[in-house]
Amino acid sequence: MRESESGLPVEPVYGPEALAGWDPAVKLGEPGAYPFTRGVYPTMYTGRPWTMRQYAGFGTAVESNARYRQLIAHGTTGLSVAFDLPTQMGHDSDAPLAHGEVGKVGVAVDSIEDMRVLFDGIPLDQVSTSMTINAPAALLLLLYQLVAEEQGVPAHRLTGTIQNDVLKEYIARGTYIFPPKPSLRLTADIFRYCIAEIPRWNTISISGYHMAEAGASPAQEIAFTLADGIEYVRTAVAAGMDVDDFAPRLSFFFVARTTILEEVAKFRAARRIWARVMREEFGARNPKSLMLRFHTQTAGVQLTAQQPEVNLVRVAVQGLAAVLGGTQSLHTNSFDEAIALPTDKSARLALRTQQVLAHETDVTATVDPFAGSYVVERMTDEVEAAALELMGKVEDLGGAVGAIERGFQKTEIERNAYRIAQETDSGERVVVGVNRFQLAEEEPYEPLRVDPAIEARQAERLAVLRAERDRRAVDAALAGVREAARGDGNLLYPLKDALKARATIGEVCDALREVWGTYSPGETW
Amino acid sequence: MSAPLRVVIAKPGLDGHDRGAKVIARALRDAGVEVVYTGLHQTPRQIVDTALQEDADGIGLSILSGAHMTLFAEVIALLRQADATDITVFGGGIIPAADTGALREMGVAALFTPGTPTREVTDWVLTHVRPS
Repeated sequence: MRESESGLPVEPVYGPEALAGWDPAVKLGEPGAYPFTRGVYPTMYTGRPWTMRQYAGFGTAVESNARYRQLIAHGTTGLSVAFDLPTQMGHDSDAPLAHGEVGKVGVAVDSIEDMRVLFDGIPLDQVSTSMTINAPAALLLLLYQLVAEEQGVPAHRLTGTIQNDVLKEYIARGTYIFPPKPSLRLTADIFRYCIAEIPRWNTISISGYHMAEAGASPAQEIAFTLADGIEYVRTAVAAGMDVDDFAPRLSFFFVARTTILEEVAKFRAARRIWARVMREEFGARNPKSLMLRFHTQTAGVQLTAQQPEVNLVRVAVQGLAAVLGGTQSLHTNSFDEAIALPTDKSARLALRTQQVLAHETDVTATVDPFAGSYVVERMTDEVEAAALELMGKVEDLGGAVGAIERGFQKTEIERNAYRIAQETDSGERVVVGVNRFQLAEEEPYEPLRVDPAIEARQAERLAVLRAERDRRAVDAALAGVREAARGDGNLLYPLKDALKARATIGEVCDALREVWGTYSPGETW
Repeated sequence: MSAPLRVVIAKPGLDGHDRGAKVIARALRDAGVEVVYTGLHQTPRQIVDTALQEDADGIGLSILSGAHMTLFAEVIALLRQADATDITVFGGGIIPAADTGALREMGVAALFTPGTPTREVTDWVLTHVRPS
């Protein structure tokens, strides 16, 4: 008998006995109603398809701005900004640690000057923008707000998402700066700031995607992600917020693998667990607080450097799984991402894949097409049970942070990654073009290259900025940031003052590092 | 019997993707190699210092951020300065085929890109990394 990716048994045939005692009124409910198994909206894609949101960004703000304008012209319906690693780690482009990394995996943003260029000519009241930024999420959100205000767009009209999920950085993605405690305090400050200032903004995207990329199974992915979600909700409630004030703006982010049936089950199980936790553990009453709204990205780790065009097919299958699972927005990877950054053409093809799913198939014609399927309903129940068991283990270790401090999630995920590697080595797990159906000789592929001169260009821009701005105003604002970091007032107001005075992201993060220190994990493997 | 090989598996730069590094670290350990894993966000200086302190025979660098040309060059230059070129440098990650020639010339002994069976890496280490 075959095992699913979560290690659950998969029978060759399922029949009515698979659903003995299964009550659709309890397990499913109506679409758009508790427990939201069938999706968060009553009409789902019959009204309009999901948001096609292609993650992009590289080089300088000028080059990324051109790519965004191109994606908008090709019909993308939401922007998604990739920042380079120095920006994500709170270092300026001219910092020694940034050497070699500037503009490589995303766009380099050092200050408001770069942010202004990045969104030049893009009306911020008409696009929704997602930003993959975590430890310095508050800073990039504030820069976005400042640029919008310069465009004449008031903050209450802005829509978009900041990833802002530091817990999964400790577990899987590695882009952390500060220790968990001050990081969670900053997250709560962001929640509160957005309620008052940017009410339509999704304040966090609680992410399992990166855990899956690091090797998590579907059950691990949703269990550890929902456990992180619970930690954030507890933090905000402990800070005195009413759950129904902030919970409607929580959002999630998952992967879509090529294993369609289990992925659909996973998305449905995640919605059901979250609705129950929010209602029963936190007493949420607003239906929006119970809804697990999520973004999906197709699984990058399933893409191969060998015969890369085959990835187009994989991405179509993965994207289909996300849509059948009821995603609110989707990024489809470009076929060349196991080799390098996507070219213009491969980025366009990735978007075209979504357009085919939305407009040439019939999966958008009816809500939750797998409902009632013997196998998918059974798998939904089993993935849910497996996830709940893992969430119980996290709880036993004191919740997400306690478990992180013991290296629990990371160790579990790494063990699964090693198992997958061994299965691939032995040929038990088939990867087309890698361990079966190989070509004797791979065709050469010319990847997109980031101009190495941009590091020097960013450094020059910074030198000009530092010479031009009012140094005393910057120093005073940074002193205000340090003082707020030591106290317990909302940090976002002094952060905004500092950014407006043209302090750089590196300078602001250094001020916070001085007060909070940095996180260094105990490596367990 | 000779002492087991010692290899440092390192994540240089700001890249947080350590799945590949950890899989290789485990596979090498299972193959009888003594493995020191540096953790994330190491500077080339820290990596070379670790290799010298640990008396390592090889350094495996994992880079998925596109910064490979800069970071491999710095590690190799620091080894040269420390008169420690007997430490074999190899690596893996998202490294376009077009860059492998230049990296090999720089002194990177082998590069393992996505899809490489772990066995190929461990066999290579066992036959090419020599006790120093």
